[in-house]
Amino acid sequence: MNSARRLALANFWVAFAAFGIAAVLGVWQMWARSPWQAPLHTPSNYFLSVTAHGVSMAYVLSTFFIMGFGYVVAETALKRPVPGIRWGWIAFWMATAGVLIADLAIFSGNASVLYTFYPPMTASVWFYIGLVLVVAGSWIWCVQMLVAMAQWKRANPGQPVPLAMFATVANAVLWLWTTVGVAAELLFQIIPMALGLVETIDVGLSRTLFSWTLHAIVYFWLIPAYIAFYTMAPQAAGGRLFSDTMGRLSFVLFLIYSLPVGLHHLFMDPEHAAGFKFLQSFLTILVTVPTLLTVFTISASMEIAGRMRGGKGWFGWIRALPWERPMVLATGLSFFMLWFGGGGGLINMSYGMNAMVHNTSWVTAHFHLIYGGTVVLMYFAIAYEVWPALTGRRFASNKPLRQQLWWWTIGMMVMTLPWHYLGLEGQWRRVAQFDYSDPHIAEWGPWVLVSLAGGVLLLLSALRFIVNLLSLHWRAPGEAPPPLEFARPAHEVTQVPAVLNGFSLWNLLVLILMAAAYGFPIGHALVERAPAAIVHRMGG
Amino acid sequence: MAARTEQDVVRIETRWALAMCGVVLVILAAILYASLRIHVNPPSNVELIDPKTLHLSDEFTEANLGTRVGPDGAIVARIVATQFEFVPRCVVLPAGRRVTLRFASPDVIHGILVSGTNVNTMVVPGYVSQVHTEFQKTGDLLMPCHEYCGLGHSQMLATVRVVPADRFKPDADGRVSCEQR
Repeated sequence: MNSARRLALANFWVAFAAFGIAAVLGVWQMWARSPWQAPLHTPSNYFLSVTAHGVSMAYVLSTFFIMGFGYVVAETALKRPVPGIRWGWIAFWMATAGVLIADLAIFSGNASVLYTFYPPMTASVWFYIGLVLVVAGSWIWCVQMLVAMAQWKRANPGQPVPLAMFATVANAVLWLWTTVGVAAELLFQIIPMALGLVETIDVGLSRTLFSWTLHAIVYFWLIPAYIAFYTMAPQAAGGRLFSDTMGRLSFVLFLIYSLPVGLHHLFMDPEHAAGFKFLQSFLTILVTVPTLLTVFTISASMEIAGRMRGGKGWFGWIRALPWERPMVLATGLSFFMLWFGGGGGLINMSYGMNAMVHNTSWVTAHFHLIYGGTVVLMYFAIAYEVWPALTGRRFASNKPLRQQLWWWTIGMMVMTLPWHYLGLEGQWRRVAQFDYSDPHIAEWGPWVLVSLAGGVLLLLSALRFIVNLLSLHWRAPGEAPPPLEFARPAHEVTQVPAVLNGFSLWNLLVLILMAAAYGFPIGHALVERAPAAIVHRMGG
Repeated sequence: MAARTEQDVVRIETRWALAMCGVVLVILAAILYASLRIHVNPPSNVELIDPKTLHLSDEFTEANLGTRVGPDGAIVARIVATQFEFVPRCVVLPAGRRVTLRFASPDVIHGILVSGTNVNTMVVPGYVSQVHTEFQKTGDLLMPCHEYCGLGHSQMLATVRVVPADRFKPDADGRVSCEQR
């Protein structure tokens, strides 16, 4: 095994270990909120668990998975050694140490501030230092990806950067922009507060800085799924990518429009006026465009594959697709969940309509369906696709893989549909338990239990996933697996416009849009200082 | 439609992209209409208040909390959200009349929704949150804190008692509370 692959595997396993633990915690949390008595159920255990679940799923699973996948893409798509492998290991150990430090703070009960922090509540400073180390590690990865692309372009002047790598670098650039908000919040506001250097904090400003990160981070998590849609699903289906150009355009649009939209998380906040909320609502609508383009391009790519396999008529090509392959099945199931999750998202971002659902279970349902459903399902499929190449072994059968994907999809739907309904009924978020003796709340009980059943199925699927991957490590090496390859476009691209082969212009556009969207909200908060709130320390 | 050349692909994709831009414009028009014509806007009064001296301020002193009808007839409920209760725990408001809810926090971030309505706002220390509404139905509505505010968050609940307009009877001071009959 070469060193880039070992590095990728190490990152993947940290991601999936955190995922397994977080899945167990998630089910326990749902049990605790249900009418049934859960073991060890106290408010402090509950919020400790929510913090650990959020940090593990949102920061650890995503970041480590993306780093691991980035190394695989850089090596496979560019067909060159990944630059700075030693730096990659430094990034890995830095981020892993960060996870352990943050987890120690969480599990000692000194960091129950959830993964979104909520100052002026303050956790142990080690919690924040741990997370800073994770982010700093991921920055090293970003530089590696940028260098890998630059080296390849120098060696292949005028050639289009392979789409998978172009998208990976788009994600690295997006992540560098994204983390600026949370880094400023942590370094200038929260860590001084946690160290006891200051006794008050400007909460409106910290929420604004966090919102900078809060939406774009979701697109950081999502882009690997889209890379799989564009470059792995058509290949697995035995077809071609319908349009390489549209792929590039979609990733560029994600980079531009996922950043200046974070204020839509603050629609219900008193520290921003209606004008900037409306502006960012408008920009948020535009971020639906790349997703709608992707749905079309991928459907068309799948149609090519289906017809190449003999599918006829309007819908015959769908049946002709090789659904027995995990990547194809996952793409179909992921699109199915995207339909519901994306629809819910349109409601959330609709400015005034947000009042109906803000901080209700509807929102929890939305992001579990989009991230936990659409995106993480594709993480599974990517893992199934790359694991044979990483371990040099073939899966004995695809059946357990398909079963795991089905369980995950069914579990996610059974869990989140009741949550959407309960949210509309007014069930609010982030509570350790409900008082089911209240007649209004009692009506929710049966639906909470249905969603718990979905959660149990998700846990079974999560464990099955880990067993499926482990089984490959334990198998005796047999016939060598086929090499990993990315889908080729239907019409070979020999050259692309320079703007779609790099990021200078797009970085400039991001800068302009961010200045327009956040310049005044942040500048105003810095000039007209709002009265600060007194720091509240959690735990010892 | 077959895509035999790269030009065909681009033409089909462009057509689709234009259709999607049309969809986006329709959504935007709906939001604009709701905002400008039927006044569906998020609570956005940027109004500062010092959380450290809230209890000494004119407006949010304990004696001034709860529902009050002003000399101009405006009905305003003032509520302090604090770890882990609302003060007062119950407010009375009339159905079918425009009312204003004003919130402030002396400590950490809170938030409220009123079940069965679109009343929803964050309560951020440093700012006054204000929501205008008109309750349609009478009865006791739940008003929980919907933002994590510490280990006692789950117990933080208040009641909004919506009474028929003819049973909404302010006292000589213009006050109405859940205790009075």
